[in-house]
Amino acid sequence: MAAQIPLQNDSDFRSTGPSETEIVHFDNVGLRYGTDREVLSNISFTLFSSRFYFLTGASGAGKTSLLKLLYLAQRPSRGGIRMFGRDVITLPRDKLPAFRRRMGVVFQDFRLVDHLSAFDNVALPLRVSGVREADLREPVSDMLEWVGLAHRAEARPATLSGGEQQRVAIARAVIGRPEILIADEPTGNVDPEMAVKLMRLFEALNRLGTTVVVATHDVHLLRKVPESLIMRLSKGMLADPTGALRYPPRREGIRGAAG
Amino acid sequence: MLWVIAIMVMLTVVAAAGALALSNMVSAARADVSGSATLQIVEPDPQQRAAQAEAAQGVLAADRAVAGFRAVPEEEIAELLEPWLGTGENSEAVPLPAIIDVEMRSGVQNADYERLETALQEVAPDARIDAQSEWLAPVLSALSALKWMAFALIALLASVSAAAVWLASRNALGGNRATVEIVHLLGGSDDQIARIFQRSILIDAAVGGLLGFVAGILIISSLAAQFAALQSGMVAGGSLSAIDWLSIALVPLFAVGIAVYTARMTVLSSLRKSL
Ligand SMILES: Nc1ncnc2c1ncn2[C@@H]1O[C@H](COP(=O)(O)OP(=O)(O)OP(=O)(O)O)[C@@H](O)[C@H]1O
Ligand SMILES: [Mg+2]
Repeated sequence: MAAQIPLQNDSDFRSTGPSETEIVHFDNVGLRYGTDREVLSNISFTLFSSRFYFLTGASGAGKTSLLKLLYLAQRPSRGGIRMFGRDVITLPRDKLPAFRRRMGVVFQDFRLVDHLSAFDNVALPLRVSGVREADLREPVSDMLEWVGLAHRAEARPATLSGGEQQRVAIARAVIGRPEILIADEPTGNVDPEMAVKLMRLFEALNRLGTTVVVATHDVHLLRKVPESLIMRLSKGMLADPTGALRYPPRREGIRGAAG
Repeated sequence: MLWVIAIMVMLTVVAAAGALALSNMVSAARADVSGSATLQIVEPDPQQRAAQAEAAQGVLAADRAVAGFRAVPEEEIAELLEPWLGTGENSEAVPLPAIIDVEMRSGVQNADYERLETALQEVAPDARIDAQSEWLAPVLSALSALKWMAFALIALLASVSAAAVWLASRNALGGNRATVEIVHLLGGSDDQIARIFQRSILIDAAVGGLLGFVAGILIISSLAAQFAALQSGMVAGGSLSAIDWLSIALVPLFAVGIAVYTARMTVLSSLRKSL
């Protein structure tokens, strides 16, 4: 499973030392759906470039809700959000697509396009960014190969298993070499071996400079990435067990916890 | 989607052709009869009749409202009446009237007819002049009402078509709401997403419009062939001009335009509800 990970630029960001560039900043953010009580309250944190973050918490704690704010699918009810150095709350609507293209998202429910093949689903972000057809065949094929779906390239999502759909969703999220990768339970439907393999892909991306945020309630997964920082949501409030949210962050975290 | 457009275009094309043909027919008929009048002299004595006809022609030649006239030769009249009177030998028994076809100047008024009548009365007491439009008037006004009904019908049909096309393209997009949302989240701009759907609707609508247009034209030409077989002068007046054909050809283009516009507006308005 140590196949070459299909990411072109192999310059190692880590070798130049950890960059401490802020990439996301939440300032006292609250979110309520409709007139219900807040599902997220007083959320404040900063994410730094090239780090690997886990977001954990019980089911219903608000992980998906927080990620939705992060990938600009939802506006907060209050508070401020800064991304890539810009205040995205006051940004006009037509400026947001450019921000979304700098992110890769694995949705909890995959959200593959039903009537497109696996290949076309993975190619979608590149097409949206205006990559020429001739230039996208190879990276898309390589990426499908890497997630073990080369033989299913022409299959529609409906004919793929849950785990296969999830891998297509992941391939689609990373194909564009995003600056920040946001993954919501990306290993929920795959076997442990595939889960480890996917974490390797995320780590490889991370080493190339992508900030990674993975929401999961699978504690075993946390141990697979020793360098990761952990944010924990509990009933809509953010706890900080590893100091990930402090600056400068403590790095030891759960290192050594893996058995 | 494709079939809705095809059927609506077909119906509208046929209705438009019908309305235009009817309208042409009415104008042709009206132009034909408006300037024509018939002068008859019903007098059993041939000598008297000939004298009155002679005198009437003198009046007609002098009147300023008359553009021209032609005394219809007796043989022609006999021919005209043959179906009713039978042939030849007893033509003496049933006296034929003298008939003069009169061509009036354009813009002829009722007052002109009245003046002409009094003038004729003096020299030819048995002469009677009838404007053809007078006895064709009920037919013409019926045709004219029919024409306006046909136009009202195509206006109605066109708006129903427009609504059907609008709904069909909205529906076509309804099934793609999820796709719109995903492409939006992947960073597609509103315009980019709208263009994707405009293109797919454009293809559907163009194929549907073409099918409907071809079907409509086939129906029109088979109807035209049947009417032509009647060989009636009035139907001949109902043929379509180049401009008529052009406006019929605009029907499918218009349908495609509505479909594409709807697709764009539907996508944009659903996107504007999201962040
Ligand atoms: N669209 C919505 N409208 C109303 N309430 C919502 C909506 N989405 C989520 N919620 C509520 O917000 C709370 C947090 O939900 P969220 O999906 O963020 O949890 P989660 O931590 O991702 O859970 P899981 O681990 O099961 O995915 C829940 O109580 C949920 O019912
Ligand atoms: Mg969730």
